[in-house]
Amino acid sequence: MSSLGGGKTISSAVQALTFSRRATIIGGLQAGIGILLAGRMAYISVAENERYQLLSESNRVNLTLVPPRRGWLIDRNGKPVANNKTDFRVDIIPDRMRDKEKTIATLAELLALDQETIERINKELEQATSFQPVQVATGLDWENFAAVSVRLPDLPGVSPRQGFSRFYPTGAAVGHLAGYVGIASAEDYEKNPDPILVTPGYKIGKDGLEKTFEDRLQGKPGAKRVEVTARGKIVRELDSRPDTPGKALQLTLDIDLQEYAARRLGPESGAVVVMDCRSGDILTMTSMPSFDPNSFSDGIGQTEYGMLRDDDHVPLRDKALKGLFPPGSTIKPMVSLALLRGGIDPEETVRCGGGMRVGNRFFNCHSNHGTVDMMKANAQSCDTYFYRMALRVGYDTIALMARELGLGAKYDLPVASQSYGTVPDTQWIKKRHDREWADFDTVNSAIGQGFFLSNPLQLCVMAARMASGRKLEPHLLYDKDRRAAPPLDISPEHLSYVRTAMSEVVNGAGTARRARLPLENIELGGKTGTAQVVSLKYGRGGRDVPWKFRDHGLFVCFAPVDNPRYAAAVVIQHGGGSGAAYPVARDVMTFLYDRDKAMERLAPLEEAWGGTIKTRMDRQLAEYRANLELEKAIAEGRQPPPAAEDANAATDGAELGQ
Amino acid sequence: MIRFMVFLAMAIVLSRFKERFWKTIAFPVYTVVVIMLLGVELIGAVGGGSQRWLNLGFIRIQPSELMKPAIILAVARFYDLLPPGQIRTWGAVWPLLLLLAFPCALILLQPDLGTTITVVSGAMTVAFLAGLPMRLFVGGAALLAVLAPLAFFFGLEDYQQRRVTTFLNPENDPLGAGYHISQSKIAIGSGGIFGKGFLNGTQSHLDYLPEGHTDFVFATMAEEWGLMGGVVVLFCFFLLFRWGLGVAMKARTRFSQLAAAGLTTTIFFYVAINLMMVMGLAPVVGIPLPFLSHGGSSMMTIMICVGILMSIDRHPGRRGGAFA
Repeated sequence: MSSLGGGKTISSAVQALTFSRRATIIGGLQAGIGILLAGRMAYISVAENERYQLLSESNRVNLTLVPPRRGWLIDRNGKPVANNKTDFRVDIIPDRMRDKEKTIATLAELLALDQETIERINKELEQATSFQPVQVATGLDWENFAAVSVRLPDLPGVSPRQGFSRFYPTGAAVGHLAGYVGIASAEDYEKNPDPILVTPGYKIGKDGLEKTFEDRLQGKPGAKRVEVTARGKIVRELDSRPDTPGKALQLTLDIDLQEYAARRLGPESGAVVVMDCRSGDILTMTSMPSFDPNSFSDGIGQTEYGMLRDDDHVPLRDKALKGLFPPGSTIKPMVSLALLRGGIDPEETVRCGGGMRVGNRFFNCHSNHGTVDMMKANAQSCDTYFYRMALRVGYDTIALMARELGLGAKYDLPVASQSYGTVPDTQWIKKRHDREWADFDTVNSAIGQGFFLSNPLQLCVMAARMASGRKLEPHLLYDKDRRAAPPLDISPEHLSYVRTAMSEVVNGAGTARRARLPLENIELGGKTGTAQVVSLKYGRGGRDVPWKFRDHGLFVCFAPVDNPRYAAAVVIQHGGGSGAAYPVARDVMTFLYDRDKAMERLAPLEEAWGGTIKTRMDRQLAEYRANLELEKAIAEGRQPPPAAEDANAATDGAELGQ
Repeated sequence: MIRFMVFLAMAIVLSRFKERFWKTIAFPVYTVVVIMLLGVELIGAVGGGSQRWLNLGFIRIQPSELMKPAIILAVARFYDLLPPGQIRTWGAVWPLLLLLAFPCALILLQPDLGTTITVVSGAMTVAFLAGLPMRLFVGGAALLAVLAPLAFFFGLEDYQQRRVTTFLNPENDPLGAGYHISQSKIAIGSGGIFGKGFLNGTQSHLDYLPEGHTDFVFATMAEEWGLMGGVVVLFCFFLLFRWGLGVAMKARTRFSQLAAAGLTTTIFFYVAINLMMVMGLAPVVGIPLPFLSHGGSSMMTIMICVGILMSIDRHPGRRGGAFA
C-alpha cells in the first residue's frame, strides 16, 4: 500500500509538475494571442486609421447631385412659356431595389397608382439599365410624398425627392414650338456618362426649342452632402452647393396671342402664324390639335400617347412648319405682283365665263365673274383672270416672285425640321416628273394648285413681305436691336396696288367681307384661299363631304392696311373652304389690338366646342380610354360587339393637290 | 441586463457548491446534455428543419452551449479518475475520443462548426494539461494541417466555405459575405486612438456595422472609445484569464486543476475567436464576446464557467483529496 502510495505520490507529483508546466504554456499562448490582438487592433486603428476613416466617411456621407433648374423660356414681354414648378416626386433606382413586386405594390397603395402607371413602371424597370432611375410619380402632394418618405426603410431603392419639374403654363398651345423634356436615354448616357444624367428628376430637352437650346437651358447641377444610414435613409444634411440655373431664353412669341390662337382654332386641325412686319419676329406659331408638353415631360402614359398617335388630326405634327398645303388663291396677290412686273396693266380686263379652255382641258373658275380687272380678280378671287394673265407673262416670272416672297424657302430657324414645300418650275418638273413644263402647269400653279405646296409659316412670310415691302426673315429668338430687313426689289407702287387689292377682299366687294376687324380705324387686308383636296367629281369639298375630303381653308392677311404692322396666315386643314380660316385670322388680329373684344368672341365659341383645350383633351382621353376598355372587353368576350357601324362611304381619293 | 443579473446570481449560487459536487455530477451532466443534443436532432427530424435549441417551456436553451462546460467537467473527471501510471498509455486516449465523439457528431449535424471546434479545443486543452504525451499533440497538429484543406473542400457546408474564403479576402465581396468583416474593420480603424466619443459611432448608429450590439459589439466600442477602450477591454479579459489560470494553479486536486484551466480556456476561446473575427483575423462564425455581447445562451455558458471557477477558487480542496 505504501509502495503503491509512494509510487502514486511520485507519479502525482510528476503530473502536478506537468500540469503547471503545461498550464504555463497555455497561459503563455493566451497572452501571446492577447498581444497579437492588441497589436492587430493598434495596427488597424493607428497605422491604417486614415484609410478607415475615409471609408467610414464614404459610408456615412452620400453625395447627391441636385438637378439644376432649367432656364425659362420667356416670351417677348417676359411672360413664361416654360418655367419650373416645385415638385415632389418618387423614383425607383432599379439596382438598389430588393423585392420588386412588394415595392411596387406598396408604392401603388401609398400613391394610389392606376393600373396603367403600374404597367408602365414594370415595363420601364425591365428595360432600364441598372443605373437609370425609373419614375414612379411626379407632382405629388405633400401627404403622399411624406407617406413614401417615412416608409423608406422598408423600400430600398425608392427615392423620393423634392425638386423642380418643367411646367408649360399654356400647355398644348406651345407643344410643338417649345417641345418637351424627358429623362436621358441609355444612348444619351453612353455618349456622355455624366452622373447627372441618371440623377432622378434630371431631364433633358427632347424636342423643339427645349432640345435645340439644351446647352443654354441646362444649367449646372448643385450637390448635396447628406448623412445616410446603411439603408439609405437620410439622417441629416451636411452641406450643399446650390445649382446654377440655366439661362433664360427670350422668344419673339407673344404667349398670350399664342394661347389665344390655339384656343381660337378650336376643334379644327390647323395652324396660325403671326409675324411682326417690322422685325420679322414670329409672334405666334400655333398648330392644333397639339399635345400637352406637360404630359410628355412627366412621362406620358401609353394611352395618352396612343390617342395622340391615332388621331386623324395628327396632333403630333407641327402643321405650322411641317404641314404642307396647296396655297390656293392666297398666292394671287403674289401672282399679281409678278403680273405687274411682267408688264400687265392692272386696268386691263378679262372676260370670265366660268373658266377657260387650255389645250383640250377646260379649267373651271368657281363663278362667272364677267368683266374682271386685277383689282376685282383679287377681291373676288377670279381664276380665269389669272389663268389668262399667267399664260401671257409666262410662268417663270411667277416662280421668281414666289421665291422672292419666301415661298419654297427653308428659313434659318432653331427648329428641328421644316418642310419647305415646292414652288414648281420648269427644272423641277423635268427632274421630278421627267417632262416639259406645259401650259396647264402654268394655269394650275397660277392659282396655287397643282404641284404648289407651302407651309403656313411660308404663307405668313409671303404676306409679311408684301405688307412691309421688306425681305423679312422670320425669327423666333428675341433681339431688340435687330437690324431692319433690306427692301424687296419690287416697285413700291406695285406693292401698294396689291395691298389695296387685299384690302378690297375684306373691306370692299371681296370674298372675305366677314373678316373685317371689329375695330375703328384699323383695317385688315387679306386674301382667301380654298385648296382642293380631291378632284371635283366628289363635289365641291365643302362641309357636306367626309372630313378628309374637304377642301383646306386658307387666309393670309395683314393689318393695318395703311401702315402694315402685323401679318398672319391661317390654314385650316380640311376646313371646307376659306370660310373656316378668315374668322380665325380676324379674331387673332383683333386680339393684337383689343384683347377684351377678342376674348368676348371666343367665349361663346369655346362654350359650343365644349370647354377649353385642356377640358376637351381630357375628355377626349377619357373617351379614348373608355373605348379601349370596351374593345378589350369585346375581344375578351365580356361584352357583345355593337351593331356594325356604317363604313365610311368613299374609300379611294388620296389627297390630291388638284 | 435582467438576464445578466439572473445569470450572475446563478454563478454565485454555483460558487457555493463544493468540488465533490462537481465531481459527482460531471458524467451525469455530460450524459444529460448528450441526450438533449439527441433530442434537438430528433425534434428537428420530426418537426422538419434543423434547429439548435430546446424549448423547455420557461426557457429556450442550446444544449450545444451547455456542452462546452459539460465536456470540460467530464474530461477533467476522466483524467482525475485515470491512474497516473496510465497517462501515457492508449487507455488515456480512447475514452477521450469516445467522450468527444457523441457530442461532436451531434453538434456537427446541426450543423455548427464553431461550437464543435470550441468543444474539441476545450477537451484537448484539458487532455494536454492532464499530461498526455506531447508527441500526440504535435502529431495531431500535423495531421490537422493535412486534413484541414480536405475538410474544407469536402466537409464544410457551402455557406461555411464562403465564410472562410471571404475571410481570406473580404474586399472581394464588400456587399456580400465580406460585408461584416469590412464594416467591422472600418469601425475599429476609423475609431483611431481615442475613438469618436460615446454614441458618436457612425458605423454602428447608422447601421453600417451589422450585429453592432451582439457579435460585433467590440467594433462598436472600439469605434467610440478607440484603441484605448479596446486595450482596456483586452486588459480586463487578461485579468480574468490570469485569475482563472491562477485558480487552476492554486487548486489542490487534480480535478479542480483540470476543470479550472479547461473552463478558463473555454472562455478564452470565446474571447479570442470573437476578437479575431471582429478584427478580420478569423472567419465570421457567430461567437459572441463574453460579458459584452447581448445574447442569452452563450452568456449562460460563460456564467456557468465563471460560477464553477469561483466555486473552485473558494474550495481549492486538499491535495490528495482521499486523505480529507
